[in-house]
Amino acid sequence: MTAPRKGTITKISGNMVTVSFDSPVMQNEVAYILHADERLKSEIIRVRGNLAEMQVYEATGGLKIGEEVEFTGELLSVELGPGMLGQIFDGLQNPLPEIARQCGFFLKRGVYTKALSDTEAWDFTPLVKPGDRVHAGDKIGFVVEKIFKHYCMVPFSLRGNFEVVSVENAGKFTIREAVAEIKDPNQKIHPVYLSQNWPVKIPIKEYAEKLKPDEPLVTKMRLIDSLFPVARGGTYCIPGPFGAGKTVLQQLTSRHADVDVVVIAACGERAGEVVETLKTFPAILDPRTNRPLSDRTVIICNTSSMPVAARESSVYTAVTIAEYYRQMGLHVLLLADSTSRWAQAMREMSGRLEEIPGEEAFPAYLESRIASFYERAGVVRLNDGSTGSVTIGGTVSPAGGNFEEPVTQATLKVVSAFHGLSGSRSDARRYPAIDPLISWSKYKSFIDGKQKERGHGILRKGYDVSQMMKVVGEEGTSLSDYVEYLKAEFFDFVYLQQNAFDAVDEATSKERQIYVFDFIYHILESDFTFKDKDTALLFFQQIRQIFKGWNSAPWKSEEFEKTEKEIRVFLLERSKKG
Amino acid sequence: MQKFYTNINQIVGDVITVDAKNAGNGELAQVFTGRGTSLAQVIRLDGKKVFLQVFAGSRGISTGDKVRFLGHPMRIASGNMLLGRIFNGSGIPLDNGPHLSENLIDIGGPPVNPVKRIIPNKMIRTGIPMIDVFNSLVVSQKLPIFSIAGEPYNELLARIGTQAEVDIIILGGMGLKYDDYLFFRDTLEEHGALSHSIVFMHTAADPVVECLLVPDISLAVAENFALEGKRVLVLLTDMSNFCDALKEIAITMQQIPSNRGYPGDLYSRLAARYEKAVDFDTAGSITILAVTTMPGDDVTHPIPDNTGYITEGQFYLKNGVIEPFGSLSRLKQLVNGKTRDDHRTIMDTMIQLFASYRETQEKQAMGFQMSTWDMKLLKYGKLFEDRMMSLKVNIPLEKALDLGWEILHDCFSPEETGIKKSMVDKYWPKKNETKIFSR
Repeated sequence: MTAPRKGTITKISGNMVTVSFDSPVMQNEVAYILHADERLKSEIIRVRGNLAEMQVYEATGGLKIGEEVEFTGELLSVELGPGMLGQIFDGLQNPLPEIARQCGFFLKRGVYTKALSDTEAWDFTPLVKPGDRVHAGDKIGFVVEKIFKHYCMVPFSLRGNFEVVSVENAGKFTIREAVAEIKDPNQKIHPVYLSQNWPVKIPIKEYAEKLKPDEPLVTKMRLIDSLFPVARGGTYCIPGPFGAGKTVLQQLTSRHADVDVVVIAACGERAGEVVETLKTFPAILDPRTNRPLSDRTVIICNTSSMPVAARESSVYTAVTIAEYYRQMGLHVLLLADSTSRWAQAMREMSGRLEEIPGEEAFPAYLESRIASFYERAGVVRLNDGSTGSVTIGGTVSPAGGNFEEPVTQATLKVVSAFHGLSGSRSDARRYPAIDPLISWSKYKSFIDGKQKERGHGILRKGYDVSQMMKVVGEEGTSLSDYVEYLKAEFFDFVYLQQNAFDAVDEATSKERQIYVFDFIYHILESDFTFKDKDTALLFFQQIRQIFKGWNSAPWKSEEFEKTEKEIRVFLLERSKKG
Repeated sequence: MQKFYTNINQIVGDVITVDAKNAGNGELAQVFTGRGTSLAQVIRLDGKKVFLQVFAGSRGISTGDKVRFLGHPMRIASGNMLLGRIFNGSGIPLDNGPHLSENLIDIGGPPVNPVKRIIPNKMIRTGIPMIDVFNSLVVSQKLPIFSIAGEPYNELLARIGTQAEVDIIILGGMGLKYDDYLFFRDTLEEHGALSHSIVFMHTAADPVVECLLVPDISLAVAENFALEGKRVLVLLTDMSNFCDALKEIAITMQQIPSNRGYPGDLYSRLAARYEKAVDFDTAGSITILAVTTMPGDDVTHPIPDNTGYITEGQFYLKNGVIEPFGSLSRLKQLVNGKTRDDHRTIMDTMIQLFASYRETQEKQAMGFQMSTWDMKLLKYGKLFEDRMMSLKVNIPLEKALDLGWEILHDCFSPEETGIKKSMVDKYWPKKNETKIFSR
């Protein structure tokens, strides 16, 4: 071992430290600042002459000019292996419960712990035999982690063809014990462990091909699934002003989404919200597996008061973990809340680097960073023929709720679905507050195309009529226009809005959505004749009331059938009168 | 060991630069000037140049003045001997009490580990129906009072402070008028709350840098009490002055502004303070109420905007009342299910009807004809405004709920309110019964 390369601090400004060095350094290399008995993690983000500028992942109080810095020669990496499900990490993959055990109430600076347990033994089952040809990403064997077969794979960093030299028999192994040995064409032997390291800022690309995302990802939210669907392996964003319910929407999605693994990146948001997820998920059963929701969830938590630089790395840590599970043929959903805080972390660092600012002082590379982050989503066919996917949903917190700001605009360019939250909708307590008039999706819905178009159409028409009514009043509106308006309101109330506090209404299955949408479609298409506006209003108010009860009735239950019949009778009576 | 440095070679705004060795980032220094001694804090290091932010301001500092580094960051005495005392933004007593230098704690400490927090579950009663009934304040909540100049926000803050059921009140004043300071002092004294209060007061006449320290000092002391198991309420007024002080220093340090001159890290700076609000697993709690005056009543201004993304709701004080529509307590759902079983019913029903009243008011203003229903709503709205919304009302939650039923009974039939039958049966006031709250 050669002595580590070292440098000395020459400048400190906020969480940026400039270091002079005389041996080669690498861009994005991790270095530790040696301050008294503390080692503070940092990353090189710019090199100029013999000066390296580093962002420090910790508070920089007390650091002095002339203090030593030790370079590690490694890029910022995470350790990928069994034991991540159900865990809660900070942005640098330190498990927070372990830190709490060591340090108590506070996040003490410079304390880093192993991401995965050294001592926990996993039941390993081999899948290859000596002599087999393998390459990076191929499955050597598996262990059982919570509900999944967690595959042990040939390290993604190995290039070329390898031959299995030896593989352990089934048995218990920790992540520090080699389970197989493989050799390259030059006869060099490489051990394979249950875990491996991967640099977070580089996408994992060990797959045969990237496919077009066209299978819908069911979130069980009607407004999303039916009108603005998301596809497995797709990308979507949720911008909205504060108080519009972004985080509640993300929480509901993380509970109900039809995927195998959910990675939550709580990036620069309130600690209280993470705590809620943290403390409630172990108690909620996932209806698909009958296991606690926490068993399929990984939380990466860098709340707003935690160091800013680690906020920047937390989204990369999250997406790398998501890609890792994808490599096992699983469907992963990554929820990032909020990408604006991540962008702000970039802005802070850019300001410290004294770069020429772009719009609203965001750096010029904002767009390309956002684009390359979302591009890590995708559905892929793996080398063994199975498919896996990473879907990315990011919230955006635009300043002043104005979507014309750089982060929203840069995000809209690269995502394929846009769920715009509106303040006026949430003020009117219409949840989810996704505005159906501004949102869009490029993915295909499981709702019949013609019916879906009718849904969009009636909402637009209803809005037009309501705007007109503001000017000419109810009395100046024709009866047929007024009925269209009532139909739009009816559609909004009974289908688009969903009650997150109702056990049944909070999640609607795909089958039910198709069935109910079809039912509503026929009501929207019906030609009702009313003698005046009051009867029309009364009719829609009444049917809305029954429908709400229908929404709370479990799918195909007796109550469901009964209410459906009630609605049909009600409709029949109306058409007789007409 | 404690060496004096005399080569001050730059004075810009309240930031001076001195050539020195071995100074730590964030460390405290003393600047000895002809006008006395001031504390200063290291905010940037560049080679041998040390940038110091001088608490007393740079006025009167000469390039030949002496600087001495103290080897530690900003600290403040903490503990029970602070109770009933008043200090300025650097922790110097403003009352006639002794200077405290025992049990010193660092300010601006590390963040709380999220896994050591618990889900908030306790309500703080304030005696103000618009808060208790409609937007309950919850232990460990961080909540700003959005307001505009001229509104009685300090009165509201003082009232919540003196009436809230907490162990310790810490008041951090930033850029207050001197008479506001006297108002707070007298109010706390009148209500006998001063004995369990600590005041850190920065008035508009004091140097701007001291303003920056007020939230950190207040919260560091609060945290210390909370760790001992105390329930602490921190009142901060006015956070807009804090933000403006941040802006001033950022511009002085030639940072690139992001939005209307405010630094790009405004969000992180505010969050680092507000996120100190906590309910500790196995210890006490900190609740933060902070006044944010909105320049031009514009909620999209960077200060209220960034604040809103951090805090758990807001009270919107306008025209002397807590406006029911702009106000929101995000945590109310965690507590209002456990108070009385009609709490949520009253909350939802009264707000919905009040929304209809506002619509009717608009119609009335436009000269449309009023129907019977409209007349009922107008009567209801008036009663609601007079007997619920007015900040003069001071009654416990249960009384306020009873009053709610009373008002509904006075204006509507049970069916018109849309309240579930079971609730109506249980709570709807019986006819001919004497009114509990006759005026």
